[in-house]
Amino acid sequence: MNHTDVEVLSDCSIRSIMMATGNFLKNRAMSSAATTSPSVDKVDGFSRKSVRKAKQKRSQSSSQFRAQGKPIELTPLPLLKDVPAPEQPELFLKKLQQCCTVFDFIDTLSDLKMKEYKRSTLNELVDYVTVSRGYLTEQAYPEVVKMVSHNIFRTLPPSDSNEFDPEEDEPTLEASWPHLQLVYEFFIRFLESQEFQPSIAKKYIDQKFVLQLLELFDSEDPRERDYLKTVLHRIYGKFLGLRAFIRKQINNIFLRFVYETEHFNGVAELLEILGSIINGFALPLKAEHKQFLVKVLIPLHTVRSLSLFHAQLAYCIVQFLEKDPTLTEPVIRGLLKFWPKTCSQKEVMFLGELEEILDVIEPTQFVKIQEPLFKQISRCVSSPHFQVAERALYYWNNEYIMSLIEENSSVILPIMFSSLYRISKEHWNPAIVALVYNVLKAFMEMNSTLFDELTATYKSDRQREKKKEKEREDLWKKLEDLELKRGLRNDGIIPT
Amino acid sequence: MAGADGDDSLYPIAVLIDELRNEDVQLRLNSIKKLSTIALALGVERTRTELLPFLTDTIYDEDEVLLALAEQLGNFTMLVGGPEYVHCLLPPLESLATVEETVVRDKAVESLRKISQEHSPVDLEVHFEPLVKRLASGDWFTSRTSACGLFSVCYPRVSSTVKAEIRQHFRTLCSDDTPMVRRAAASKLGEFAKVLELDYVKSDIISLFTALASDEQDSVRLLAVEACVSIATLLPQEDLESLVMPTLRQAAEDKSWRVRYMVADKFSELQKAVGPEITKNDLVPAFQNLLKDCEAEVRAAAANKVKEFCENLPEENREQIIMTHILPCVKELVSDTNQHVKSALASVIMGLSTILGKDNTIEHLLPLFLAQLKDECPEVRLNIISNLDCVNEVIGIRQLSQSLLPAIVELAEDAKWRVRLAIIEYMPLLAGQLGVEFFDEKLNTLCMAWLIDHVYAIREAATCNLMKLVEKFGAEWAQNTIVPKVLGMANDPNYLHRMTTLFCINALSEACGQDITTKQMLPVVLKMSNDQVANVRFNVAKSLQKIGPVLDSNALQTEVKPVLEKLATDTDMDVKYFAQEAISEMLFVVSS
Repeated sequence: MNHTDVEVLSDCSIRSIMMATGNFLKNRAMSSAATTSPSVDKVDGFSRKSVRKAKQKRSQSSSQFRAQGKPIELTPLPLLKDVPAPEQPELFLKKLQQCCTVFDFIDTLSDLKMKEYKRSTLNELVDYVTVSRGYLTEQAYPEVVKMVSHNIFRTLPPSDSNEFDPEEDEPTLEASWPHLQLVYEFFIRFLESQEFQPSIAKKYIDQKFVLQLLELFDSEDPRERDYLKTVLHRIYGKFLGLRAFIRKQINNIFLRFVYETEHFNGVAELLEILGSIINGFALPLKAEHKQFLVKVLIPLHTVRSLSLFHAQLAYCIVQFLEKDPTLTEPVIRGLLKFWPKTCSQKEVMFLGELEEILDVIEPTQFVKIQEPLFKQISRCVSSPHFQVAERALYYWNNEYIMSLIEENSSVILPIMFSSLYRISKEHWNPAIVALVYNVLKAFMEMNSTLFDELTATYKSDRQREKKKEKEREDLWKKLEDLELKRGLRNDGIIPT
Repeated sequence: MAGADGDDSLYPIAVLIDELRNEDVQLRLNSIKKLSTIALALGVERTRTELLPFLTDTIYDEDEVLLALAEQLGNFTMLVGGPEYVHCLLPPLESLATVEETVVRDKAVESLRKISQEHSPVDLEVHFEPLVKRLASGDWFTSRTSACGLFSVCYPRVSSTVKAEIRQHFRTLCSDDTPMVRRAAASKLGEFAKVLELDYVKSDIISLFTALASDEQDSVRLLAVEACVSIATLLPQEDLESLVMPTLRQAAEDKSWRVRYMVADKFSELQKAVGPEITKNDLVPAFQNLLKDCEAEVRAAAANKVKEFCENLPEENREQIIMTHILPCVKELVSDTNQHVKSALASVIMGLSTILGKDNTIEHLLPLFLAQLKDECPEVRLNIISNLDCVNEVIGIRQLSQSLLPAIVELAEDAKWRVRLAIIEYMPLLAGQLGVEFFDEKLNTLCMAWLIDHVYAIREAATCNLMKLVEKFGAEWAQNTIVPKVLGMANDPNYLHRMTTLFCINALSEACGQDITTKQMLPVVLKMSNDQVANVRFNVAKSLQKIGPVLDSNALQTEVKPVLEKLATDTDMDVKYFAQEAISEMLFVVSS
């Protein structure tokens, strides 16, 4: 108990760094945590959730807003609608420039007047880009991008909660949201405007811009991630030249997430965008896309926080399989490879995803994968965790899956039989036993000769297994004796 | 099992390979972990010609199995026939070094580094170095990442042409287009710099360092900070200013707090690497800024380094620098808004007193200690208390004792038991420093109150604390101050308190000695054997067993034995069990 508490407490500073540095530093950061804060293990580590929640609603702003100190003065400008049309583009630029000023929202009392002025200006700009015509001069593009960049691009602050549990904890909200929201709103309207020309904009909305945009997906504020999703989607749609780059960078984010940090708040949002991107892939699929599926999407299943984005992930996977059924085998093999060993919740998620895949599987693909697949299902069915067993047994309620099983009963029944037979007698949960009886009954009706055969040989099969087990043990014993003997003979030469 | 009845050395590889292929992962894992046994059974030649090719071909398995394999192969040199043949191990390790899972890959690289030392210089160029090149130019990022860790082990032992190639490969990886590879390269930059000739450090490494330190990703930039320490150590003093300092200054003011955190975290190392002159001119202002950083994470990391930084300042202006530049920042940190910052500071601030001497400590530091002793956060107070010894040496603890007491009392009654536990653990230390009179007067009651805390862990710690106090103050003190109170609890209506008496006796008997144990404690224990609560009775049995060695044999025979025998016929199963156990143990003691 003490040990876990230590982690929670020392985490505050270390964890966020680990997120940034990944595995290279994992060990180092841990050991430095141990050496630099010797006090930590003596201290109460209970950060009671109730206590934390009782505090005021947490909100954060990033470094750049603080530390300015001086009051900010903006000279009020006339409203756009109050000046003659020819002067509007000029005034529009001036307003954009004014909106580049960012305010400190952690200090709720500073610059109140100017904050309000900027808010109303942003509101005006939102309306203006939505309804006006002829405002988008070529000079406006760099100014718009500059204003947006100044406001949204910032280093995200360290995460406040060490072990953020999205089901329990409130996310930290962005303090400057009153302005930020309008900036996002404005930018989306700008991108969606009829006058918007990607050919001009691409000079300013470039790779560097996109990279910074993608980093913002790590924001803890779900409202911000939601806007970012729309923004990225629009950019992906309008800038053909950036598409490959965007996909590659998302790749990198995911790989870092899986193999280095296990922390990134925007995975679900990025997957959602990918879902629609995959939907639009042309056939035959490029090697790059297949690689993405096998080397990035499948390993995403290994992440501890899978539950946060599993629905979106499963959607992407199924999208791929609908595009190209020949990918079924590598996908299922991948899932089997990463099958959860200890986390029952995840196991249930895997079973759910597998059912989604089986719903669209082609019979020819099914035959290729049925053996390893049903070996796993047979293990799930006999899981002592009843939710896992139950979830697996529900497959037998799925008509399409049933039809596949029936067609291949001669292969599947022998794989499943011993598990089913055993738990029909041994499982602690009566509901599971009842479900198993139904499954056994279904098998009996499907292929009664095979069923009878298996029942008859059940005992002798078990004995044969035991015998094999014994032989294994003997083999190893012999090998060890041999090692000992040789070890003695060549004393000192053979490492032990 | 064809091999079983024949010659031992003729195990068919198939049988062994079946084991490595077993369907059950756990069994497969077990087999892989005993791979050396299999290799031994096969002999060196067949290991080379049959086992290794099999392993190389079937590298698609659970990561757990691959990890075990990668580790095993690092120790396989003798099993393939010694250094002469060590290069046979390269193919399977090469495949493992391209696996996705980081732990597997890292282990494969570790094994490769290990066996690289067993290669002769010729083999290194013929077999090992080409492998490094293949990895460095692999398609997928994993192999390039692994390559980064291998350059430094082969560089020193190859010819100058090959050296040039290695440098070129490293350069390429430093500007790889995947950030994962750049991170790997950045994290090995310092290590690589160490094996390079100084001229190349200046011509190659510095430009790579500068580029990585201004990478677009902060996760890369912060790794350059680490490399900065090694690089600065390698360069002669006169080059530091032009080659390293611009980058370091930039890192200390990076817009990403993660990079600034890293600078703060590595500050002592950086300070040592750049030497006193640069420290005075550059690092002092940089450190001030970090102590005032807008992110609490950075301030906490810097606060942790305050003592070390001050210690390592050049002696001639140390005091002046601390007093005019560092102390003002430290003063502000004492009332920081973030508790982690305050507690980081509290864990080192006492150390400043030895550096600043008695007068400065009293005038400048003492008010800070006192303020921190009153901090709202218990961790801060605890950190101060746990470091009292440094102050004790300089000004004596008396200066603090007036403030110390309320702080201790408050912690002793904290609502969180872990805080209470922490302060109990400091009691023996405090007692030693405050002296027996102060202790009796102010703290003894606390120590006794903990004995009836409602959390078992606290009662247990309190018991242990008493033992340590007795060790410090002696048996006589125990007899006068604590033994009567402990024994008094034997009549408490709450059975948990009665049990505490027994636990205390267990802990104290040895420190108190035979006389007190036999005359004062034993009668109480024996009387408790009639307790109506079974838990108390079986603890009596346990206690008797425990204090047996301290008692004289006469008391054992005439007093203890009859009581245990009676307990051995108790109606309660557990009492019977422990009494019987005690009897069998005690008889052993008596007879010996």
